[in-house]
Amino acid sequence: MNENNNIRVVVGMSGGVDSSVTALLLKEQGYDVVGIFMKNWDDTDENGFCTATEDYDDVVRVCNQLDIPYYAVNFEKQYWDKVFTYFLEEYKAGRTPNPDVMCNKEIKFKAFLDHALSLGADYVATGHYAQLRRTDGRVELLRGIDNNKDQTYFLNQLSSDVLEKVMFPLGHLDKSEVRKIAHEHGLATASKKDSTGICFIGERNFKEFLSEYLPAQPGKMKTLTGEVKGEHDGLMYYTIGQRQGLGIGGPGGPWFVIGKNLEENTLYVGADYHNDALYSDSLVATELNWINDTPSEPITCTAKFRYRQNDSSVTVYPQEDGTVKVVFAEAQRAITPGQAVVFYDGDVCLGGGTIDTVIKNNKPLDYVG
Amino acid sequence: MNAIYLDHAATTPIHPAVVERMTEILTSHYGNPSSIHSYGRKARQLLDQSRRVCADSIGANEKEIIFTSGGTEADNLAILGTAFANKEKGRHIITTKIEHHATLHTAQYLERNGYEVTYLDVTENGTIDLEELKRNLSDQTILVSIMMVNNETGVIQPMKQIGEILSNHGAYFHTDAVQGYGLLEIDVNELQVDLLSVSSHKINGPKGLGFLYAREDVAIQSLQFGGEQERKRRAGTENVAGIVGFETAIQLADSERAEKINLYQKFRAIFIDTLKEHHIDFTVNGDKAERVPNIINLSFPNMNVEKLLTNFDLSGVAASSGSACTAGSVEPSHVLTAMYEADHPCTTNSIRFSFGLANNEENVKEAAERVAAIIQRLSK
Repeated sequence: MNENNNIRVVVGMSGGVDSSVTALLLKEQGYDVVGIFMKNWDDTDENGFCTATEDYDDVVRVCNQLDIPYYAVNFEKQYWDKVFTYFLEEYKAGRTPNPDVMCNKEIKFKAFLDHALSLGADYVATGHYAQLRRTDGRVELLRGIDNNKDQTYFLNQLSSDVLEKVMFPLGHLDKSEVRKIAHEHGLATASKKDSTGICFIGERNFKEFLSEYLPAQPGKMKTLTGEVKGEHDGLMYYTIGQRQGLGIGGPGGPWFVIGKNLEENTLYVGADYHNDALYSDSLVATELNWINDTPSEPITCTAKFRYRQNDSSVTVYPQEDGTVKVVFAEAQRAITPGQAVVFYDGDVCLGGGTIDTVIKNNKPLDYVG
Repeated sequence: MNAIYLDHAATTPIHPAVVERMTEILTSHYGNPSSIHSYGRKARQLLDQSRRVCADSIGANEKEIIFTSGGTEADNLAILGTAFANKEKGRHIITTKIEHHATLHTAQYLERNGYEVTYLDVTENGTIDLEELKRNLSDQTILVSIMMVNNETGVIQPMKQIGEILSNHGAYFHTDAVQGYGLLEIDVNELQVDLLSVSSHKINGPKGLGFLYAREDVAIQSLQFGGEQERKRRAGTENVAGIVGFETAIQLADSERAEKINLYQKFRAIFIDTLKEHHIDFTVNGDKAERVPNIINLSFPNMNVEKLLTNFDLSGVAASSGSACTAGSVEPSHVLTAMYEADHPCTTNSIRFSFGLANNEENVKEAAERVAAIIQRLSK
């Protein structure tokens, strides 16, 4: 008898290849595997078409191939209250939110974890590219082996208490290996295209989607010195450092978003990718989560300010109010409020927070928001 | 853990006698009933015999039975077929908010195509208000479609009174009898119904079969074209083996009716008493109405359908919420929403348990023990 068969692992299945292979690997390891599809968003269109129905159908097909039970759970209300409301609030505040970080924190590793535990689960597993190291009653979150797919950035808000009940079976694999395993086993989702973008927007046009929820207020595009360069469609459509979609012609370009003024409804633009105004030397982050040890003294480590960015050396100064000041070893371009800053010690993800204030020469960059 | 089936309102196990009879037909009598040779005649003979049994089971005559692919097709044919054939007389249809989707979605299709549909409310007991029915009848009303027994709650509608009300009106009376047929004794003349839908797989017969009773004088248009089967009302070569299996299931249902009613009443009592012994907090939906004994719909306060059903299944108890799923996740029941109100807790914490051939006193008791244990665990 395999000792794993008394260990129930509930797999969060999206109908994609990653979670399909997650379930497959656990099943091969002899666990008591249960597949659960989370329905977080209703995108049923006027023809009754709903991508969730298609995705659930893929979950059904894969689970039947693996001969594991499958169920669904509806978290539409929780998702709306905890993730989507936050998402809209951040845009209203002129920031660029990261709904995936919030979804992991509030839905996948909270509501879903609770649901799984109520079903007698010992662990929940997902197809995230991240690794866990369990030593002496301590769980550490490590980057996935596939550097291009590493998803620890999105997992920075999880606590070690939560991670104790989690498995990431894909963390030691490359994406290409995952596809290969899926093909070798003839899984129904082996050739399914990876989903892109924010889950609830899917393949839709982002601007169009956002305009259904937030009124767009067009305004002026100006340089920091006040020169009007054109009209913007609504501040929420732009993020710091963005080049696409500004439509500023003439000499002196290309042009980039360097900031916003919410009160005046002005979008600040500047010429040149390396425009000095895009650079900063430190930031203040809020909503800090430290996966294991909360530092009381300054620490030197590396940090990511966006997903799929290379690490940069930083020093983190804990503040008395629970926030941190993060000082960069080298000036950083396009640090964006609302995004996550995530800290690493080598391959170990230490935790992270939300970028709140961007600083240069000890002064907050007011135009960044 | 051995599984216990408490979802007979969804479908039933096929009776061994039905399997035996069907196997015989499948292996020995493969003729097409429309053929003019000996093979065809034998098949036609079997078909005629089955049709007689179907007709007798509801007090109809053979010409009034149209074999279909099941309850859904029977409902579609009854509603669309009469709506299309009688559109010059009127374009108003009355049904209820608690119908099966085979009726509701068909009615909605008609609404999109120029018909007017009234959806009657139900009381908290799950029954319609006869006065409301009377108020909504007009000279434009061509059809009233009201289910005999609700598939989620087991609540029986006042068929006879509805038939009486409609006896003085030109509208046809259709009833979806899928959930009542077999357990309830039905006489179409006594009930004064013009159209009645039945499904085979709810009474231990094969899936993919049903019939529509349509009184001889009912004007009905075919929805399926081809050969002249079913007196041109439903083209397509008949599923002879299935129909003969259905016939066997009907005969069994008729002969065992009284016995089954007693047995299911006993099962229901065992199930409910066991929950009470464990001090489980629950209410019975449709408590005060007349109900069939094989369905109980229980509301568990502070619980949630998805969590309950998943836990039940993982512990080997197969039950259902009875309502539709989208992407696998359970939507609030439209039936319970009509009985209570939108967002009432009962619409998202109620479970349907339905008894049948797969049950005995022991496994009903065992299932109730498992249900009680899960609810106690989740209540902590």
